[in-house]
Amino acid sequence: MAYVAIADRGQALHDPKTWIGKYVWSQDHKIIAIQYGGTAMVVGLVALVLSGLMRLQLGFPDTFSLIDPTAYYQFITMHGMIMVIYLLTALFLGGFGNYLIPLMLGARDMVFPFMNMLSYWVYLGSVIVLLASFFVPAGPTGAGWTLYPPQTILPGTPGHDWGIVLMLLSLALFIVAFTMGGLNYITTALQARTRGMTLMRMPLSVWGIVMATVLGLLAFPALLVSAIMMLFDKLLFTSFFMPALVSAGENLSYSGGSPVLFQHLFWFFGHPEVYIVALPAFGMVSDVLAVHARKNIFGYRMMVWAIVAIGALSFIVWAHHMYVSGMNPYFGFFFATTTLIIAIPTAIKVYNWVLTLWRGNIQLTVPMLFAIGFVFTFINGGLTGLFLGNVTIDLPLSDTYFVVAHFHMVMGVSPILVVFAAIYHWYPKMTGRMYDETLGQVHFWLTFLGTYAIYYPMHYLGFLGVPRRYFAMGNTEFMPDSAHLLNSGISIAALFVGVVQVIFIYNIIVSIWKGKPSGHNPWKAASLEWQTPDTPPHHGNWGPDLPEVHRWAYDYAVPGAKDDFVAQNVPYDGTPGTKVEA
Amino acid sequence: MAESSADVTGWNQITHDWSADKQTFEVPWGKAMMWIFLLSDTFIFSCFLTSYMTVRMSTVEAWPIPSEVFALTIAGAHIPLLLIAIMTFILISSSGTMAMAVNYGYRGDIKKVVWLMLATAAFGASFVGMQVFEWSKLIEEGVRPWGNPMGAAQFGSCFFMITGFHGLHVSAGVIYLLIVAKRVNSGFYMERYGNLEMVEIAGLYWHFVDLVWVFIFAFFYLW
Ligand code: HEM
Ligand SMILES: [Cu+2]
Repeated sequence: MAYVAIADRGQALHDPKTWIGKYVWSQDHKIIAIQYGGTAMVVGLVALVLSGLMRLQLGFPDTFSLIDPTAYYQFITMHGMIMVIYLLTALFLGGFGNYLIPLMLGARDMVFPFMNMLSYWVYLGSVIVLLASFFVPAGPTGAGWTLYPPQTILPGTPGHDWGIVLMLLSLALFIVAFTMGGLNYITTALQARTRGMTLMRMPLSVWGIVMATVLGLLAFPALLVSAIMMLFDKLLFTSFFMPALVSAGENLSYSGGSPVLFQHLFWFFGHPEVYIVALPAFGMVSDVLAVHARKNIFGYRMMVWAIVAIGALSFIVWAHHMYVSGMNPYFGFFFATTTLIIAIPTAIKVYNWVLTLWRGNIQLTVPMLFAIGFVFTFINGGLTGLFLGNVTIDLPLSDTYFVVAHFHMVMGVSPILVVFAAIYHWYPKMTGRMYDETLGQVHFWLTFLGTYAIYYPMHYLGFLGVPRRYFAMGNTEFMPDSAHLLNSGISIAALFVGVVQVIFIYNIIVSIWKGKPSGHNPWKAASLEWQTPDTPPHHGNWGPDLPEVHRWAYDYAVPGAKDDFVAQNVPYDGTPGTKVEA
Repeated sequence: MAESSADVTGWNQITHDWSADKQTFEVPWGKAMMWIFLLSDTFIFSCFLTSYMTVRMSTVEAWPIPSEVFALTIAGAHIPLLLIAIMTFILISSSGTMAMAVNYGYRGDIKKVVWLMLATAAFGASFVGMQVFEWSKLIEEGVRPWGNPMGAAQFGSCFFMITGFHGLHVSAGVIYLLIVAKRVNSGFYMERYGNLEMVEIAGLYWHFVDLVWVFIFAFFYLW
C-alpha cells in the first residue's frame, strides 16, 4: 500500500484561536523556535555573567571576598554546562532546527507539533531544575562540567549533596526534551519535504542540523546512562563508578567501581557533543557565506559528505580526552589516528568556505562579517586541536590554559559567532524588520577582536604550564610577573566583551519595533524560507499551496539569468541561466 | 517523480528512495519516528549492558553465580533459572500475539486485533508481575543495590538497575498497548487514518522490548 506524502495531501491545520494557544502553548514550529532560542539566550546570559565573575577572580586574586574557592568551582561547572548544553545545543537544534527545517524544506510544520511543543516545555523544566540548584543548601555542584567521579559525590566537592542531584536530574530532563524534538527534526527532514525537494537539494543548514540531531540521539544515551548510574551511586550507595576509598580519614562503603568507566561514557557523549554544536554551525555558516558572497557554495556534495563523515567519525575519537587517564598505548595510538583523520573532512569544509569566498561578490553585511570571523576562529581552534590530538603533545598540555584556549576557540567562540551570524541573517524573516546596521557592525568588531584578546594569550599561559580549573595561582616560579599582568589583561578583555553584548540585545529587541521593514527577501537569497508569501510566515507557512522545488538552493550570479539569484521554486523556463541544477 | 519505488528492487530501490523528493521511506511518519527512537533506545540499553560488563570485570569480589541465585526450589527440587525461563517464554509468546494482531490489523479484523492486543498486554503484565516476585525474593535474600551476601555488590546494582529499566519499558508498553487497543476498538484510527498502522507501530516497540530482554537474559542470567 503506497503511502501518500504530505505534499500530495490536502491541508489539515488547526489554527489556534486564543492568544495563549498561539504564543504560549503553541504548536507552531516558528513560535517554539523562538521560545527555545529565547530561553537558551537567557540562561546563556547567566553563564556569561558567571564567566565574568571567574575572570574577576583570576585577573585580580584576593580582591573580591564574594568569590571563594567553593563559589569559583560552582561558577566554573555551571558556566561550562550551561554554555555547552543549555545554550548552544538548545539554541542550534531547538531554536534554529525548529525554525529552519520546515521552512527550508517547504513543510507546513514539524511532523508532530504536539510533541514538539512538549519538547520545549520539558526543556524549560530542565533549565528551571538546573537554576534551582543555585538556591538549595550548599548550592550547585562544583565538580566541573565533566562531573568526574569519585570527587563529584564526595564531601569536599561543593554541592555534593543537592547540587549534583539536581544537575543530573536536569540533564536527564534535557535529554528527554531533546529526544522529543530530535525525533521530529529527523522525521521531518526525511519524510515531510515538499515536491522536488530531494535530499541533495536541501540547504546545508538542514544537513548540519539533521546530522547533529542524529549524533544527539546516539550520544545522549551515554550521558543518560551515566547520569542514572551516578544518581544510584549518590543516592543508593551503589559502586558503579566508586572504588574503595578513604575520605577524610574515614573508610567509605564503596568498593570495586570504575571511575574510568564514567569517563568513557561521558566522552562517548562528550565528543559527539562537540559536533552537535559544530555541525549546525558549519551548515548555517555555509548558507550565510553563499548568500552574502553571491556565489554558489563551493563543492556542495563534498560539503554534505564531509558533514556525514565528520558525524560518523566523531563516535570513534572519544578517548582523546582521556590520554592522561591511563590507557593502553595502543588505544592512545588508535584514538590519535582517528582524531587526526577527522581533520580531513573538516579541512575540506574550510577549503570550500574559502573557495566560496574566492572572487565572490562579497557583501560585508553584519551576518557576513560574523561568518568570516567564524572561518578565522575555527581555523585557529582547529590547528591547536591537531596538536592536542597527539598523545605526546597532549600529555604536557592537558589541563592547562592551552586546552581552555583551544576549546573556547573551536566550540565556544566559533559557534557563538555563527549564532550571531544566523540571528542577524534570519532576523528579517523572523520579525519582518531589519536590525540596526551600525550597531551590528560595532557589535561584530568589538566581539571578534575582544575574543581574540581573551583567548590568544591563553595559549601562551598554557605553554607556561598554568593549570586550568585553579582558583588562584599564588606565587609560583613558572609564572613570571608579566604572566600575572597578562591574566589581568585577559580579564579586562573578557568583562569588556561581556558588556558589549548589551549592544546586541538592545539591537535585536528595539529593532522589533523600530527596525526598517525588511520585505520578504532582503538578502535576495535563493532558499525556500525566503520565498514565503508572508513575512514573518504565518501558521502553515505557505498559504494555500506548498511551494515546488526545481533546483538547488545556491543559484547565485547565474550567467544569463535576469536577477543575480534564482529562487529554488523557480521553474526552468527556457531562458539561459535558469537551467535546473543538480 | 520517476517510477514509484514499487517498480524497482534491490540496490536500485535504495538509491531510488534516498534520491526521491518528498519522502525517503514509504511509511507513515509515526513509523519512521518509532524506528529512529528505537535506534536511540538501543544505544541506551547498549550503554547499560556494556557498563554492566565493565563493572563485572572491575570489581574485586567474586561475582555471584546466576544459576544459583536465580533458582527456585519446588517440591524439594532445586531448579536453576526456572522463573526466568518462564518469564522469557511469556515475553516471547507475547511477541507472537503481537505479530498476529498486526497481521489482523492489515486485514481490518478489528475484533481479533483488539483481543490479540489485550492478550499481548496481559502477557506483558504477567511478565512484570513475575519480575516483582523475583525482585521481592532477592530482596528477601538480602540482595540490595549497595550490596548482597553472595558476592560483588555490583551484582545487585546492575540487576536492579537494568531489569528495572527494562521493566519500566514493559510497563510503559502495556499501557501503550491498552491505549492503542482502546482506540482500535472505538474506531478512532479507522476514522482518522483509514487504517490500523498504529497497531504496527506499537508492535515495533513491543518486539524491541522483547529483543532487548533476550540480550539481558543472555548477558545477565546465562553468563
Ligand atoms: C566571553 C565568553 C567566555 C569567557 C570569558 C569564558 C571564560 C571561562 C573561564 C574563565 C573558564 C574556566 C577556566 C579554568 O580555570 O579552567 C571557562 C571554562 C569553560 N568554558 Fe568558558 N568562557 C566564555 C564562553 C564560553 C562558551 C561560549 C562556551 C561554550 C562551549 C564555554 C565553555 C566552557 C567550558 C566547557 C568550560 C570548562 C568548564 C570546566 O572546566 O568544567 N565558554 N570559561
Ligand atoms: Cu573530543
